[in-house]
Amino acid sequence: MATLSLDFGIYEAALSTTMKRAEILANNIANADTPGYKARDINFGEVMRSFGGPETSIKMRSTSAGHRSGLMNASAMEGLQYRSSTQASIDGNTVDSDRENAEYAKNSLMYNASFNFLNGKIKGMIGAIRGE
Amino acid sequence: MGLMNVFDIAGSAMSAQGIRLNTVSSNLANAESVSSSVGETYRARQPVFAVLKNQYQNNGFGLDNFGQGLSAGQGVEVRGIVESAGELPRRYEPKHPMADDEGYVTYPNVNVVEEMANMISASRSFQTNVEIMDSAKKMLSQLLTLGK
Repeated sequence: MATLSLDFGIYEAALSTTMKRAEILANNIANADTPGYKARDINFGEVMRSFGGPETSIKMRSTSAGHRSGLMNASAMEGLQYRSSTQASIDGNTVDSDRENAEYAKNSLMYNASFNFLNGKIKGMIGAIRGE
Repeated sequence: MGLMNVFDIAGSAMSAQGIRLNTVSSNLANAESVSSSVGETYRARQPVFAVLKNQYQNNGFGLDNFGQGLSAGQGVEVRGIVESAGELPRRYEPKHPMADDEGYVTYPNVNVVEEMANMISASRSFQTNVEIMDSAKKMLSQLLTLGK
């Protein structure tokens, strides 16, 4: 029997990831004038895959106990990365305010989408429980 | 939760930009505050921004681990306010009431054009952070309606 949490699918993870990403992007924008600050971001696709998508299980064949898995481990992939800058300023800051703003807006939209999908799931379940 | 931190982050940025705007207005107000000696003259003040890091920032490997709920930083802080070390311009104005024995008056090293540009930059950054906070507020209040 499937548990209730499994039925929420990937949407729950997507919602929490967009929330986390909003924090990272807000931090970039807050530090738009901080000398030496490097803009950070996460690779959304990699993070979502680490939540257990079908693509996680690409592994190399190991013929010895000493062999490590071919891919980088998930925790390293989940890590924050540095955004490659288009125009770094002379004080070493790599935040492009316009770009961060656009990413933030896009992230909000993704949040809305995940929210609506999750809400639809919940509403569907409530409907099934009530027998409507 | 991530979205709650957005309020702290945007709030810290707004307060930092507010301090920056304060120094700009102080500099502009004192742009013509002359005196007769170098030691007494007003010097341009600038805030120093730095990333505000949380105490769980470093996990020993120098890698911020997203998976453990750690983040890049927690906004921005004002480390301090520094006075410009630039040379103070001295002008020969013997009739000036503040002129020294040689007839020179010392002016503050405030660059008015630079300060105006600083002011626009600070108010734009402030505006952006207000919008970020507003957007986060909308996202959170939407979250409260989940399942309704």
